[in-house]
Amino acid sequence: MSERIDRRELLRRGVAGSALLTVPGLLAACGGGGGIKGAAGTTATTTVNQTLAKSVNFSNWPLYIDYDPKTKRHPSIDQFTKATGVKVNYTEDINDNPTFFGKIEGPLAHGQSIHRDLIVMTDESGFPQRMIGLGWLEKLDKSAIPNIKNLVPAQQHPVWDPDREYSLPWQSGMTGIGYDPTKVGGDITSIKKLLTDPKLKGKITLLTEQGDTMGLAMLANGDDPSHITDATWDRAMKLLQTAVKSGQVRQFTGNDYAPLLAKGDIWACFAWSGDMVQLRIDHPNLKWVVPDEGAMIWNDNMLIPKGGDVFTASTLMNWFYKPSIAAQVADYVNYISPVAGADKILLKSDPAIAKNPLIFPTEAMLAKTHEIDPKSVNNQKYKQQFQHLIGA
Amino acid sequence: MGAIRRRSLAPYLLLAPGIAWLILFFLVPMYYLAITSLQTGSLEVGYTFNWAWNNYREAITTYHTQFFRSIKYAGIATVLALLVSYPLAYWIAFRGGRWKNLFLLLVIAPFFITYLIRTLAWETILADSGPVVGFLRAIHVLGPDGRLLATSVAVVCGITYNFLPFMVLPIYVSLEQFDTRLLDAAHDLYASRTWSFLRVTLPMSLPGVFAGTLLTFIPAVGDFINAQLLGTPSQYMIGNVIQSKFLELTDYPQAAALSFLLMATILAIVLVYARLLGTERLSG
Repeated sequence: MSERIDRRELLRRGVAGSALLTVPGLLAACGGGGGIKGAAGTTATTTVNQTLAKSVNFSNWPLYIDYDPKTKRHPSIDQFTKATGVKVNYTEDINDNPTFFGKIEGPLAHGQSIHRDLIVMTDESGFPQRMIGLGWLEKLDKSAIPNIKNLVPAQQHPVWDPDREYSLPWQSGMTGIGYDPTKVGGDITSIKKLLTDPKLKGKITLLTEQGDTMGLAMLANGDDPSHITDATWDRAMKLLQTAVKSGQVRQFTGNDYAPLLAKGDIWACFAWSGDMVQLRIDHPNLKWVVPDEGAMIWNDNMLIPKGGDVFTASTLMNWFYKPSIAAQVADYVNYISPVAGADKILLKSDPAIAKNPLIFPTEAMLAKTHEIDPKSVNNQKYKQQFQHLIGA
Repeated sequence: MGAIRRRSLAPYLLLAPGIAWLILFFLVPMYYLAITSLQTGSLEVGYTFNWAWNNYREAITTYHTQFFRSIKYAGIATVLALLVSYPLAYWIAFRGGRWKNLFLLLVIAPFFITYLIRTLAWETILADSGPVVGFLRAIHVLGPDGRLLATSVAVVCGITYNFLPFMVLPIYVSLEQFDTRLLDAAHDLYASRTWSFLRVTLPMSLPGVFAGTLLTFIPAVGDFINAQLLGTPSQYMIGNVIQSKFLELTDYPQAAALSFLLMATILAIVLVYARLLGTERLSG
């Protein structure tokens, strides 16, 4: 299991090829059909239709919900259908943020429906924030989401959606250092050391995700990644450029660092907590730490795209904020659940998961995590520079 | 009269599906791509068409390194593929006997697996702790800390491997149709084996070599999977740049301009190549 490419990256490159076909021009050429009322920008959410639809279309990432291998079904979704009578068309068609955005951007820009009621995208990619700005998201119907009270406090007021008007977290993950202690010869808990120690030359990888890599570099400099200035950005850039030029950095990766780390081709890397939970099942010697300087935290968010059924989608969100359902999902996906109380339920049913600090991080760990400044991930100049750094 | 008219229309009717296909799936997207490449703006403020030739100028000044690198990698890979493919195709065509079809199947066999997985397999084959690197270190081709993954060698090898069948098949077809009695004739005229290969077999197979090199070179220049999986940023090709422009930066105008430049470059190279090979064939 561990050497599979994980959900974030699975088809990233393969799909990317076909995604090139979705340039706006081509979509414009195919045009027509499926129009939704009110183009981007208008908000007609004051009079939400409060009846449940017959079915709801939910797009999510692969391997990101509970799954029963015997029945080949998702129990939490079946239970929802049983409770409400709403059929859920659950599709695992989001493999990475830019590609999925490229796919839906054409229709949304032309005011057409994308035939999805609920989608899941990552905040640190900057796309959710952009979509709010572009008027491509519906406001949640909070009257249908009483369980929103279970959202953990740390997640209630993100900078890019301060009152959670458009989004609710699906799962979160931390970005820190993954390493093989036998190769490194002990522990490595410092980002600065990772980037500069000559012993690790050519044996480390960093992530192609701008928020993660730049954020950690800023933490290494003692700067605040949640409030980025040109000066702190340049400092972090300089640190990374030096590491790339000296040959310290072997590669920038998606989550294909996992097999490299497992095989010993690399010794240490920037790594996602959820991947490391998976990887450690087969390679228990590998370690993941919140670095001394701090770690990054990110959320995958449930969003309702324009044209989606707000009430039904909100009802579905409410379902996943029931602690018992959230526990069921967390037990399978091994990322961090944003629903308070899920850990208490798991403590009884699956204590190993509930006690795993990578899935239910301690207060001390969470205190050291930082969100990336959402302005920075949509800053065109910064993006150019980062893409240049990673070679493209 | 009627019959004659119908006959004169026939070629056009036969061409119609092909032409309709080209218009719909080539010319129309091309048109929109051309328009996009001359726009400025962003998703937020909208795109305006204003003959922004600057997109092209910027594309060349910023990314010429990746352009040249792509052409270099694709060129080397094409030559390597030719060196591997010609003897292989030759052997299958003339010595394959009744196993010919099996050998051809073996050549195509990797294509039953998706491109992505095939390339990922090379990550395992060329791993630092893998047999290839181990062997090369043992015979001191690589230093004790040397590696293949994340180098240009790995990228070029990946491209060569991935496009090899496109080279083998056309060469095989041209050799397979070759009338061996011509060789007998050459022998009768006292040509040595080398000489008859150079003067008879090789020229006769040039159309296959020509088709094979084009089928390999053209997609190889635009490839980005190999550079991404087997290389590092300093091996990134123009395909990686275009991909990141389209998806990461949503800078559609620049991406479109780069795509057009890539197309123009390939076209120019192919035209020159066709001319060179064409004249050689005439004099040969």
